[in-house]
Amino acid sequence: MKADIKVALTGNPNTGKSTLFNLLTGLNQKIGNFPGVTVDKKTGYCPLPDGRVAEIIDLPGTYSLYPKSQDESIVFSVLADPSNPHKPDLVVVVLDASNLKRNLLLYTQVADLKIPVIIALNMIDLADKGGISINIDLFAKKLGVPVVPISARKKEGIDKLKAAINFANKIALQEESIDVETIAPELIGQIGRELNLDNPYYALQLAHQHETIKFISPAESERIEELEKEFSFHSQKAQAAETIARYNFINDLLYDTVKVPETARDETASNKIDKILTHKVFGFIIFFSVLLFMFQSIFAWSAYPMELIADLFVWIQNNLHQLLPAGPLTGLLVDGVIGGLSGVMVFIPQIAILFAFISTLEDTGYMSRVTFMMDKLMRKVGLNGKSVVPLIGGFACAVPSIMSTRTIENWKDRMITIMVTPLVTCSARLPIYVLLISLVVPNRNVWWLFNMQGLALTGMYIFSLVSAIVVAFVFKLILKGRERGYFIMELPVYRMPRWNNVAYSMYERVKTFVLQAGKVIIAISVILWVLASYGPGDRFKQIEQKYQQPQYMQKLKPDDLNRAIRSEKLENSYAGVLGHVIEPVIKPLGFDWKIGIALITSFAAREVFVGTMATIYSVEGSAEKMETVQKKMKSAVNPETGKPVFSLAVAFSLMMFYAFAMQCASTVAVVYRETKNWRWPAIQFAYMGVLAYAVSLLAFNLLS
Amino acid sequence: MKLSQLEVGEIGIVKEFTDLEMSVKLMEMGCLPGEEVTVSRIAPLGDPIAITVAGYQLSLRKFEASTIILQ
Repeated sequence: MKADIKVALTGNPNTGKSTLFNLLTGLNQKIGNFPGVTVDKKTGYCPLPDGRVAEIIDLPGTYSLYPKSQDESIVFSVLADPSNPHKPDLVVVVLDASNLKRNLLLYTQVADLKIPVIIALNMIDLADKGGISINIDLFAKKLGVPVVPISARKKEGIDKLKAAINFANKIALQEESIDVETIAPELIGQIGRELNLDNPYYALQLAHQHETIKFISPAESERIEELEKEFSFHSQKAQAAETIARYNFINDLLYDTVKVPETARDETASNKIDKILTHKVFGFIIFFSVLLFMFQSIFAWSAYPMELIADLFVWIQNNLHQLLPAGPLTGLLVDGVIGGLSGVMVFIPQIAILFAFISTLEDTGYMSRVTFMMDKLMRKVGLNGKSVVPLIGGFACAVPSIMSTRTIENWKDRMITIMVTPLVTCSARLPIYVLLISLVVPNRNVWWLFNMQGLALTGMYIFSLVSAIVVAFVFKLILKGRERGYFIMELPVYRMPRWNNVAYSMYERVKTFVLQAGKVIIAISVILWVLASYGPGDRFKQIEQKYQQPQYMQKLKPDDLNRAIRSEKLENSYAGVLGHVIEPVIKPLGFDWKIGIALITSFAAREVFVGTMATIYSVEGSAEKMETVQKKMKSAVNPETGKPVFSLAVAFSLMMFYAFAMQCASTVAVVYRETKNWRWPAIQFAYMGVLAYAVSLLAFNLLS
Repeated sequence: MKLSQLEVGEIGIVKEFTDLEMSVKLMEMGCLPGEEVTVSRIAPLGDPIAITVAGYQLSLRKFEASTIILQ
């Protein structure tokens, strides 16, 4: 679609900006990345009354143009950089009518950049209910911009807003808010002259942000630095002066146009909820109940759709095998690519449910209370209250959780959170634990109530959290902070979740997951398929010839014969050879070459383990038949000792290995994407590998 | 008197800040000299605290609150 006019949506967090964006664009939206930074870029198209089409870009919520996090830094770049492809023709500033004072700070900054601007006065219904009366005409007149009262939740005023966008001026007509030049007159003047800028506020912003913004040249940045020294410009002092001046302007404006009743508004209801939800005792009980409910739901509700997806892929694979001529290319497509795809797709239900929960908790305002309650605890181990969200998310999948660490402003806190999140027991480890526990832990109850297998599984979950906390503490001692940590955060008023937003965010996350993780998983499963399907020299031919001899052809049934051929081929494939090569290394952990193959294949993704085990123990059919894999593994006997391969010691040693090792290509990729430096995924891979080996060794020797 | 010394429910008026870097962030959030602040609650583990300022709730750590001097 071609856009006739570019419109940017901006505003504080929690102002209903995303709801408005969804209303304006409907499903006509796409999520991309801003070039060079990992900030989600949401754009969409909105038809205007006169038939033109507006491209709407939803900028990350921010309290001011001075960024505190990566997400926020994009706002100034989009609004001010003349060469930015998204530089808007018009900015719609979304203000929360029930909390105008703080919201107006960002407005005055944006307005002073002299871009045409419209105000969408959102939550006007809540302001009315709270007894706040706003003289909208006078308000608009004093600012010199169109002001449209809307209620995005109730879908009111949206047509008027579209009309206002339609008829918006092409030039900026807003009134000056403050006299910017008095903040640093010589510096602003000199930068303006040398860089040929006509906007004093843009010049001042360059003075503040020239070190971090990417759209000015290094030479220009150095020149600005020189000028700052020459005129002894102090960034923080200037910013403080600017903020005070802006609030003076805002106070004057609100004094004339807004009447607020003496008693505080619907905050009292919110306050009552807070008394319970952040209570010393109930607060934690409620939090853990919410977590418990979330996990139960993730596992309970996803079981059926996961089965459906798995069955669907098996069906597709079977059909393709029948339709396409047998051969290496078909094998690559059907078993390599589609097999790999199914490995990604089965996780969609879990990720969707997890994100439905997380975005509901965020939308209601509960997540910031959790952050509030947990901050002190988290800080002790080098994390941050905001690390709670990714750590909880890690129980489902580390990939989206690591993406969600972007809200952590402090660099050190964010890095530590990224480093330890993959230690938390993710859903891909679950099938492995279930399989191994069912092999060695008796299925009976202790103390009437608790099932031993269930206890073992719960133990693995708690163990993963404890190890994440211990490792975080170690990183806290090693890493040096770049800046001071702080925790100044709005606690938004409790609101009912907007199910539309929840659905959108669920859809977005799933899409990102499938696209991002999908690419890597497909690539690696193709490689693994090749390694497992071909062998060095003419070994495969020899195996086929061997089984064509009469003593095999006559004694074995065709099915058994095929199985025997498959398992011998696997042993002689490149993967099998690799398994034999690493056997000496993993022997101290109690693993044989077959487990070795599964370990190697699991480095693409942990969930491959069960499938590989199924192939190795030459089980018929797909990896989904857990019962048969289990039986085969249970009866597997070590040829040297004559004892079962999967003893208690081996099973727990293997679980420890999976608990610690970084066996997930998608996580490695996402850590690189988020840190933009190969050092971090490399360090993570190394430390997790060392821990995995050490703890497995310990577990094996203690238990055997 | 510092903001960190207030009990839950007590009201104060911001006078000045002892830390420039922190003051810039606090002022952006509407916590300016002359503003009235109320301590709404303290986190279950004693830190951070939540204050009501400029018509909304802001949470900040005790240390950050100790850089705010009240009248």
